[in-house]
Amino acid sequence: MITSASLLSVITFIYGLTLILYVIAWIFKKPVFGQLATGSMVAAALGNTAGIGLRWFESLQMGYGHAPLSNLYESLIFFSLTVAVIYLYLEYRYRIRVIGAVAALIPFLAMAYASLPSISSEIQPLIPALQSNWLIAHVMTCFFGYAAFALACGISLLYLAKSSYGDPQKGLMARVPDFSTLDELTHQMVTFGFLFLSVGIITGAVWANQAWGRYWGWDPKETWSLITWLVYATLLHARLMRGWEGKRIAYLSCLGFFAVLFTYFGVNLLPGLHSYQ
Amino acid sequence: MNNTDKNDSFFDRLWKLFTSVKLSVALLLTLAVTSIIGTVIPQNQNPMLYQQKFGEVLYPIFEALSLFDMYNSWWFRLLISLLIVNILVCSIERLSSTWKLIFPEKLNFRADRFRKSPNRTEWIAEQSPEALKGVYGDYIIRHFRHSHIETDDTAGYLIFGEKGRWTRLGVYVVHLSILLLMVGALIGSIFGFEGYMNVPVGASENTILLRNSDQSMKLEFDIRCEDFTVSHYPSGMPKEYRSEIAIVDNGKTVLEKALRVNDPIHYAGISIFQSSYGKVPGDKFTVVFTDNASGMRVEKRAAIGEQIKLPADGGTLIIEDFTDNFSFRGHNIGPTFLSRLVEKSGTPQPLILPLDYPSFDKMRQGDYAISIEKIDYRYYTGLQIARDPGIPMVYAGFIALIIGCYITFFMFHQQICIELRPADGRTTVSVAGISPRNRPGIKTAIKRLARKLGKLTGQENKPV
Repeated sequence: MITSASLLSVITFIYGLTLILYVIAWIFKKPVFGQLATGSMVAAALGNTAGIGLRWFESLQMGYGHAPLSNLYESLIFFSLTVAVIYLYLEYRYRIRVIGAVAALIPFLAMAYASLPSISSEIQPLIPALQSNWLIAHVMTCFFGYAAFALACGISLLYLAKSSYGDPQKGLMARVPDFSTLDELTHQMVTFGFLFLSVGIITGAVWANQAWGRYWGWDPKETWSLITWLVYATLLHARLMRGWEGKRIAYLSCLGFFAVLFTYFGVNLLPGLHSYQ
Repeated sequence: MNNTDKNDSFFDRLWKLFTSVKLSVALLLTLAVTSIIGTVIPQNQNPMLYQQKFGEVLYPIFEALSLFDMYNSWWFRLLISLLIVNILVCSIERLSSTWKLIFPEKLNFRADRFRKSPNRTEWIAEQSPEALKGVYGDYIIRHFRHSHIETDDTAGYLIFGEKGRWTRLGVYVVHLSILLLMVGALIGSIFGFEGYMNVPVGASENTILLRNSDQSMKLEFDIRCEDFTVSHYPSGMPKEYRSEIAIVDNGKTVLEKALRVNDPIHYAGISIFQSSYGKVPGDKFTVVFTDNASGMRVEKRAAIGEQIKLPADGGTLIIEDFTDNFSFRGHNIGPTFLSRLVEKSGTPQPLILPLDYPSFDKMRQGDYAISIEKIDYRYYTGLQIARDPGIPMVYAGFIALIIGCYITFFMFHQQICIELRPADGRTTVSVAGISPRNRPGIKTAIKRLARKLGKLTGQENKPV
């Protein structure tokens, strides 16, 4: 019988394959590669979902039965899925495949990182503090936010690459969507991410109030999530009220994602209640 | 007279400063950057630790800047207050013009505003402009809050529709939510409290130690701990901490409940949380005196605070205190009794009696080596006790924040215009829409509208 761990390591390679297919589709103009890439991404996302489902089932069989959202390994797997799902929606809605190269890279890296031996993939029971229905709501909303910000950052990097390219209408960059589309996509992803990050922080606060008796305690993870929120709030005000767009927004979106990464990984280096590994 | 003018202009300038979005952006970024400090320097720890860590030069500087409790420092609070004033002033300044936009006295539809729109979509319909006007006009009246049809000078028609004006209020809901959160937090910090209490199994307590202060506070009721259990998974990870708690008010037990992590008790506006646990020695234990010369053992039952006579009238021993973790020359030697030995002909001397090292006292090389055995342990449950009357307002802020963000980002004010122009018995239909700040959603909305209208009159209408 196939285990979730082995299924998910296969999925890592499918994300890698998807990445290669999107790059090939970007370089060569044959639509068949694009269709293959999309098919591969859909397969990876389905497999990723199956892996999470299987892991949940395994946890049930071990007598724990909690949603697989409780440690770094499980969060990376879920993060990969959210990126894939949001990207596929973008591709369907905007009919743009070039972004797929960036979008496939993110889950590939995340899953490859999850499979490092230093990250335990063992299914472990929940410690008392995590035994709450808020766990699912909190983690899911946070990671939908993170995924949207990751895509926003990827699109911003494409924007910056295109704008620093000699002639944006020539060569590889000619196939990257035009500046206004990239700018619009970044903005869409940031607003989506901002809503989900807000809900994530709020569900976390309500949960903290139930578990620890305070909704906000300036724990490093809480503080970094607020820092992230403030950076994106700055971006939104700069754009909506001061008319910033293009490069400046792209830089801010990258800065915001840096804060996301620190909230996600960096905080484990700092002392605090959230530093479960 | 002159004086008031000056004051006015100062006030005006101040007002103007606070209406600027530049200030908001600067404040948001400053808050983000300064918040990092408190995640790098652990907050509210023992001053001794800070002194050790930062040395004599940095420590006083950091202390003066309140970096060890920075989120409660005057300058951090000042930044937050400035942001609040900024939000308030901006909202007041802009609300009146937004209000006029939402409830205008006269609707203003002008076709030329739509003609330049990049989302303009056009197709040819077989029907006459009149026929189309009937069908499309009905549709717009049904689906848009405001609509208006007029005849164009070239015998065509213009159909206008508008909806979602109220969504311009979404951003005020977001800003209101921030104010609610801040006011809620302020109410909590003024009228609320947060503290700890350890209750041994079988005992009652009503005194809590307040967090980050040396003060204690008495509750108006007692908290009894009937029992405490920790259960583990087979792997050894903790599974459940569970205290059987009774609330005793005026001598009567008014509430009995199992308290677990994530499942607090609420009583009389006060919330009780399972926070930690530990062990305390029970009432009785055995003190063992081993004669260093003969190796003979003498055992005596004792309790904390009791005077114990040494064998052969060699003096007295008083067990004074117990600690779970005792640090001896920088090493944690675990649960330890602290006591005082008064030998017959000597001065009193403190004695350390660690449980895990029964021969520890041999080092003293006295007549007897003293150790302690057979203690009955009792668990105590560590409770966090909090009262926060600001919570309803904070939660209202949470809800407003989510709703406000959704309205602001995913709904928008849209105006559309359908132009019907006769063209050789047929009609050129064009649809265009505008929205404030050129919201990306308007493009999709117009695409959908064009597809829908085409369907109504039998055109397979797939705009590019």
